[in-house]
Formats: sequence, C-alpha cells, structure tokens
Amino acid sequence: MDFIGAFSFVNLRFLLDGLQITVAVSVLSIVFSFLIGGLMGTLRFANIPFFSRVLGVFVDIIRNLPLLLIIFFTYFALPQIGIRFNIFWSAVVALTIFESAMLSEIFRAGLNAVPKGQMEAGLSTGLTYVETMRTIVLPQAFRSMIPAIVSQLISLVKDTSLAVIISLPELTHHARIIYGQNTNYVIPMFVAMTLSYFAICYVLSLLSKYLETRKYNY
Amino acid sequence: MIELFQANADLFFEGFKYTILSSVLALIFSLIIGTLMAIFQLSENKIIRNLAKAYVEFFRNIPLLIIVMFFYVVLPLYGMPFDGFQAGTIGLTIYTSAFIAETVRSGIQTVPKGQMEAGLSSGFTYSETMRYIVLPQAFKIVIPPLGGQFINLIKNSSILAMVAGLDLMYQGDLVANATFITFETYIIVGIFYLILTLPLSYLMAYLEKRWAVRG
Amino acid sequence: MIKKTFFSLLVLVAAVFSLSGCKSGNVADLDILETSKESNEIIWGVKNDTRLFGLMDIPSREVKGFDIDIAKAITDKVLGRDGRATFVEVTSKTRIPLLKNGNIDAIIATMTISEERKKQVDFSDVYFDAGQSLLVKKGSSITGVDSLDETTTVLAVKGSTSAVNIRKASPNANILELENYAEAFTALQAGQGDAMTTDNAILLGMASENPDYELVGGTFTEEPYGIAINKGQENFLQAVNDALKEMHEDGTYDEIYEKWFPNDDTGKVK
Repeated sequence: MDFIGAFSFVNLRFLLDGLQITVAVSVLSIVFSFLIGGLMGTLRFANIPFFSRVLGVFVDIIRNLPLLLIIFFTYFALPQIGIRFNIFWSAVVALTIFESAMLSEIFRAGLNAVPKGQMEAGLSTGLTYVETMRTIVLPQAFRSMIPAIVSQLISLVKDTSLAVIISLPELTHHARIIYGQNTNYVIPMFVAMTLSYFAICYVLSLLSKYLETRKYNY
Repeated sequence: MIELFQANADLFFEGFKYTILSSVLALIFSLIIGTLMAIFQLSENKIIRNLAKAYVEFFRNIPLLIIVMFFYVVLPLYGMPFDGFQAGTIGLTIYTSAFIAETVRSGIQTVPKGQMEAGLSSGFTYSETMRYIVLPQAFKIVIPPLGGQFINLIKNSSILAMVAGLDLMYQGDLVANATFITFETYIIVGIFYLILTLPLSYLMAYLEKRWAVRG
Repeated sequence: MIKKTFFSLLVLVAAVFSLSGCKSGNVADLDILETSKESNEIIWGVKNDTRLFGLMDIPSREVKGFDIDIAKAITDKVLGRDGRATFVEVTSKTRIPLLKNGNIDAIIATMTISEERKKQVDFSDVYFDAGQSLLVKKGSSITGVDSLDETTTVLAVKGSTSAVNIRKASPNANILELENYAEAFTALQAGQGDAMTTDNAILLGMASENPDYELVGGTFTEEPYGIAINKGQENFLQAVNDALKEMHEDGTYDEIYEKWFPNDDTGKVK
C-alpha cells in the first residue's frame, strides 16, 4: 500500500472535489426535505379528512422503500414518463423525497408530543389554527425534534454514498476512481473515505448532543 | 407490467429469497453483537466501556457502503475472500449492530434504577439481575424501535446490489437492463420490498401504542 | 381505520398504474440534430473507467480516450469548430436506458453492434473492430474459453454483450456481473473470480497497467464498435455517419487511431 502516492496533491484535490459534491448534495437535500417534510408532517398532524390519510399512505410507502431503489427510480425510471434530471439533481431529488418522508414522521411525532392543552389554550385565546401552530405549538415541538432531525442529517450524509450507483461524482466515487487505477491506493483511499465521513458525522452527532442540553428560555 | 413480472418471476423470487436470507442472518447476529455492546457500555470496567463506545460511535458514523466494500474489495486483496452475499451480510450485521447497541442501551437505561438496586440488594449478582430483572423489562421498551431497525435492515440489504450479492435489487437491475422497461421493473421491486416492510411498520406502530409506558 | 388505509392504497396503486401508461413519446419526437444545433451542444455518453477508450484522468479531471476524441471530431464536423461536446459517464448497464430516456444524445462507449441491440437503437458505421477475450492472473490454469467450467467463475459487466456471449460460449461457468469494468477488475484482483471477460481492447488497457495480468485464448467473438443513436433520429444518424466518412477521407480518423493505438492495427476500420 502506497500512502504517499495515494495522497498526492492531484489525488487529494480530486477527493476534495468529491467531498464538495457530497456536502452540496447533503445540504440541498436537507434544506428541501426539511421544508417539504415539515409541511407534510404538519399536514398529517392537522388531520384534514381524506387528504391527510392519502398523504399518510404516500409517506409510509416512501419511508419503507430502500433509498437505493428511489435513487435508481429517479434517474432511470422517471425519464420514461417524461421527468428527466441530470445526475446531480437526480441525487438531490431522490434524497429529498426519501428524507422528506422521514422528516415528516419526525415532525408528526414531535407535534403529537406537545400537550393538547397548548393548542386548545391558543385557540381559546382567539388565535387562528395557523397562528397557534406557528407561535405556540411548533416552537415547543421543535425542541424535542432536534436530536431526531440531526440524526436524519447524519444518515443523509452517509446515504449520499449510495449515489455512486448513478455515477454522482461524490467522495466515494472519486475514491473508487483513484484506487481503480492503482491497487496500491486501495487502503489509503479507504482510510481517507472512512475518516472523512466519520469526521463529518461525528461532529454532527456532537452538535446534536450540545443542542439537546442547551437551555431554552421560555 | 403483469407480463413483465410473469416473464421474470423466477429472477424476482430468487432475489427475494436472498434479500430475506441476508436480512434474517444480519438481524440475528447484529442483535447478539448489539446487545453485547450495549451491556459492555454499561460495564464497570473502564476499558471495556470505552472500547464498546468506540465501536458504536465508529460504525454509526460511516456509510454502510464503505463497510461492505471493505469486505468485498480490501480484505480479499490480503487473502480473505468474501463473495458479494457474504460481504453484504457481514457489512449489514456490523453496521446494524452499532444502532441496535444504542437502542438496547437506552432501553436498559430507561428501566428504573431501582430495579437494579432491588435486585442487587435481594442477593442477585450483577449479571443475574440483568438477566432476570432488567433485560426482560428493557426488551419490552425496546421492541418497537428494534422493529424499526429491522425494517431499516431490510431496506439496507439493497446494498447487496452494489456487490453482485444476488439480492432482490440486483436481480431487478438485471431485468431492467435486459428489458429496458425500467419503470415497471422498479415498481415491481418496490412492491416486493413493501411486502416485507409495510406490514412490519404497521405492526411496530400498533405495538408501540399498546405497550406505551404510561407516564 | 384499516379500510380507509386500504382505500387510499388503492388510489395510489391506480395512480401508479396509470402513470406507467403515459410513457413519454416526446423524446422520440424531438429531432436531436435540430436541438443540438440550437444548443450548440451534443451530449455523449462515454465510459470513464476504460483505459484507452474513456478514462477519467485525475490530474486534469477530464475524461480522455479514443472514444472521446472521435466524439469531439464528430461534434466538430456536425456543429462546427465552436460546437461543444459534453460527456456524461455511462456504464454498459446504464447507456441504453440513458439514451432512450433522452439524458444523452448518442452513445460512444465501447459499444458492440449486435442484432439484439439494433432492435432498441440504431448504430452508426463501425469505428473500431474489437473481439472478446479473457483476462486472467499470470500463472492461472485458464488458457481460453474451453478451460471454463462449473468450477470457474467469470466476471463480466452488467449489460455488456460480453456477459451474454460468455454465457453462450461457456454455459456451465459461473458468471457474476459487476457494475462496470473497474469494479470487475477490482473483483478479479480480489479473487472474486478466476477470469474477467470483455473486449480485448479494454482488457489490453488493463493488462498494460497491471503486468501481473494477461490475456489468454485470443478473441472468440467479433465485436465491431458503433455509435448508438435513439430510434427515430434519422437526420442525426446521417449527420454522424457523414462526419465519420469525412474523418476517414481527410485523415482525422487515422490520426486519432495512431494516437491511441500506435503499435496495433487490428482495430482499425479501413
């Protein structure tokens, strides 16, 4: 195994390019899925007749499918009905779809955990449903959801590695290209990949622990 | 879509078989390893405790794909060959065991401390108290989230497709390539997975409601 | 509650079935020659892991190879000097779906012209002559297709003609299909199989970088490479063939061939 050669400037730069894509896809996906998932979770919680139920089944189906399948589907199957994305956006869309479903459940659980009295109190004080949600219920629900949300973010970062299957030029893909051209680089690349993912995810998990213990002033 | 299914039914079912096999094997072993790691994390011995903590933190924070590739690509280069199915299943086991360790650990810690104290003061040893008093209660708390982990396991077993592990996803892939009808093929694959995961998912939700700890 | 959930499931299933019915016919309707002239760009699907044909060159972060240069030359002829050739990574498995889905305009990725494939796509004139062969570790007991039996495992790539041919040539051997050449070769190095099979040109590229491996048994099939274009694109196909003819006439083809295969004339199309 050749560590010096493996970590040449050229290769490191190539790996960093991959890491950049990993981070870009992760950030975009988490932002979109936070918005969409939050909306879906709230809509499910609101128990709108028929609509919430259908949304619920839709979410349950997505949550119970392998992410790999969703990625394949987005890049290879959707174009057959006219929806076409390039590699980068296919990855973002697939991850967003999956994570939205996961986050919607986290939101719903978080909202359910807030005592029913809060909603009742808000409504009886003259606030509308939406206002009560926005100013009273959601903020409290949020606090309990943070560990679960960060945990999903960690999963998301790890799951970007699955997008190698559609040749997304992220970290794992670039590492593979490097060791594909020279067997001596296999172990160094594995070390590089493992350290990179571990560093990002571990830091995020520490962040989660910090946020949990911080005192909120209410 | 029906004709597509009928024409390739044997491939789909072959893959289905391997997916189930891999998931069940991984579940059994990851439960064993995970529970052990959970118990080690609560041990009095500092070294054991830290080793277990390191194991859990390490494997929870790296992608499953890397663990599987390690067994499929790296180890064979140094004389320890694993085929796709083996590499995938072992990878799944190790990865899931770290999550199960966390789940079981928090389950054990949810059991009131008084139980352990009562057991010890009644003359049981630490391990006896664990075995007869604490763990049984912990498991009831832990079954729904464990069910969740099993569902994740089944979904993650699709990783076998990336190392020619002959599972459902791999076979679906072969069919999609041979027929170019990717849309229907992946829908069929999805339905197969849902047959496994949806019932489990609803079962866990039901159990969670029934066994809710009255707080 | 179960009844309501079942009903909504039914609604979803109905939606999915109807979606699969509305297959997009629009891709075939768009004339690629026109759209590429408008956007001044031709999108080519190429390999990224095949030495000499399409390999990602890490220092420059560009993909380089015979296929790439031919594609660039054709783009020049069809769109003019300032036309852009864009390259998307494909594998033997993904190339046809991506072409049919419209993600790429043409495939130039060590793709063999076969009757089976002609049912799905159209091919340009031949631009390289290859043949299928076997790659083994030096010292292996395998000397050719005849040495393969049920005790041997052969590694192939998903979606390649090689995978289909090896099954025909050695029906008893175990065949494992990997995602692309790089993975198949890594698997060979890891001992996941006794031999790897694909076109000799590709295998030669691997053997040149890995002196422990060699080709055995010569070629047991003929693999003429062509550029694949979606059905219904006669204008674009004609343009590509015209470009190829021009390249043969004015020496561009020979130039590109000599650049990548200076010692070997076997693949050259006269």
